[in-house]
Amino acid sequence: MNCIVCVTSVPDTASVIKIGPDGKNIDETGIKWIVSPFDEYALEEALQITEAKGGEVTAVTYGPARSEAALRDCLARGAHKAVHVIGGEATLGDSFTIAKVLAKALDGREYDLVLCGNMGVGTDCAQVGPMLAELVDIPHVANVTKLEVGDDSLSAGRDVEGGQEQVESPLPALLTCQKGLNEPRYAALKGIMAAKRKPVDKIEVATLGIDEATDSTYNVRSLELPPPKSEGTIIQGEDDPAGAAAQLVNLLRNEAKAI
Amino acid sequence: MAGILVFVEQRNGDIRQASLQAISEAHRQAGGDVAAVFVGSGIGDAAAGLGAYGAARVFLADDPNLALYSSEGYGEAVAKAVESAAPNAVFFAGTAMGRDLAPWVAAKLGTGALADVVALEKDGDQFVARRPVYSGKAFATVDSAGSKPQVISLRPNVFAAEETGGSAEVVALDGLSLAIRAVVKDLLDTGGGEIDVAEADIIVSGGRGLKGPENFALIRELAQALGGAVGASRAAVDAGWIAHKHQVGQTGKVVSPSLYVAAGISGAIQHLAGMSSSKIIVAVNKDPDAPIFKIADYGIVGDLFDVIPPMVEEVKKLAG
Ligand SMILES: Cc1cc2nc3c(=O)[nH]c(=O)nc-3n(C[C@H](O)[C@H](O)[C@H](O)COP(=O)(O)OP(=O)(O)OC[C@H]3O[C@@H](n4cnc5c(N)ncnc54)[C@H](O)[C@@H]3O)c2cc1C
Repeated sequence: MNCIVCVTSVPDTASVIKIGPDGKNIDETGIKWIVSPFDEYALEEALQITEAKGGEVTAVTYGPARSEAALRDCLARGAHKAVHVIGGEATLGDSFTIAKVLAKALDGREYDLVLCGNMGVGTDCAQVGPMLAELVDIPHVANVTKLEVGDDSLSAGRDVEGGQEQVESPLPALLTCQKGLNEPRYAALKGIMAAKRKPVDKIEVATLGIDEATDSTYNVRSLELPPPKSEGTIIQGEDDPAGAAAQLVNLLRNEAKAI
Repeated sequence: MAGILVFVEQRNGDIRQASLQAISEAHRQAGGDVAAVFVGSGIGDAAAGLGAYGAARVFLADDPNLALYSSEGYGEAVAKAVESAAPNAVFFAGTAMGRDLAPWVAAKLGTGALADVVALEKDGDQFVARRPVYSGKAFATVDSAGSKPQVISLRPNVFAAEETGGSAEVVALDGLSLAIRAVVKDLLDTGGGEIDVAEADIIVSGGRGLKGPENFALIRELAQALGGAVGASRAAVDAGWIAHKHQVGQTGKVVSPSLYVAAGISGAIQHLAGMSSSKIIVAVNKDPDAPIFKIADYGIVGDLFDVIPPMVEEVKKLAG
């Protein structure tokens, strides 16, 4: 069972976001880059599947030079191979271009499962997985929190409002992975050392016949910090909690008209 | 500009509120030139009702094979409707279904998509959208770089639904070639009769400050008194106090209720990512420096165990 895991490298979720000088990108100084947390569920699932059934895990990323660290992290956790499509400088990338690049990168590889994170944290689009599935013409299940993989089919649970869809699909298939699916492992020191010696297959995006500038379907006009919130009404309730509760409910009713 | 096609979601024939919001927004943006595509099985009766929200035409795909959702089946219907209507833009409600279907349809149409949009305006013949990025730590103003049709999903509960009182012509979508590989076999009800946080108008959430699973009873009581749903921070979910479906935040649900009450929740950035677009935010926390107070419209600095019970009583008094 060969698995391809698509990963992206994103600012640590605890990062302070500052707007860069062009007003369209973030200021990258001091940003710590990590594997997008949802991709960790994808990688973990692929590792567990291949541990149980044999086969190889190939981690694929599309991004600038610094993204190699994300691949090394995947290799350290147990991925067998890595593919780095070099390009995609924009931190707020175009989902469709990313999906097209990944589709080209998958071309000619043998796989039973493609696993993606549910969304790239930061760009917050949750689009690459379904787009990629459509482009390579395989079925997909998005937002998966439960999975059983058979020899030529899978059964997955996908969370929807108030329920869970039980989906069955033949292989090969693509999944986007959500919290709840598994508990991602950390890289052990031995894995980190071994990862340094594993090769990373490097491909320049231009050689895939994709022109990032002219093919784009996503144009960032401007990036701004949220408008500052005006200060709220904060009641000190330590001494008279019941009085504070009454005052709050009254404000919610008569001022905010929220209840 | 040519019109807007709106994908309208139903479950058991009931049209989702978020889809009505999407039709209404399309109507505000494109006036009369709005069509809907409505997909399911045995839903013909509900189709004409979409006219009341501003759809002039409804493309209806009514087929037993479309009783439950599949991107391939529903996407085929949307693509057929796009072929007929040749719209300038296709709108989706950003529900679990819409967030899955919109990108798949976009790729099928050979175009991109703008997800989780919270405000829209027109610039010439294209839409310019505002969307939160970096978990709401920034907002991007984006367009589709000239690609057409523009596929756009709208964050639920941000755009208003309003009845316009029109009527719709229903057009059956024939000749769908349904080749569904990933098949939804069943839709399990995991809600247990509770309102899902993603759909609730009022949410009361509890965090680590609750100290144990049994104290979610307090949160539940307040939610019940307010007619709302129960939410939770990840700390409470990871501790096993409450199921993940209640989690609000970056790795949980993104919500925009009219009232969000956070009790015993510090307000970590990953939690704010899921609720900062709520209309009114209330915090109850014993730490006056908790970050949640920075985005709260109202708050009480105090012990939630002393504050929540009298709040429940006060709310019950209002209901009489
Ligand atoms: C990749 C990633 C994704 C994440 N996704 C999410 C997510 O989706 N949702 C989410 O919520 N978190 C998420 N987190 C976790 C997040 O960083 C915080 O750890 C979490 O939100 C903290 O939960 P909390 O506020 O309940 O707990 P704490 O931060 O421990 O806060 C508890 C609060 O309760 C208050 N308190 C304690 N006792 C009382 C009392 N008696 N009365 C009143 N107040 C009291 C304390 O003052 C404190 O402010 C994520 C983290 C990462 C790294």
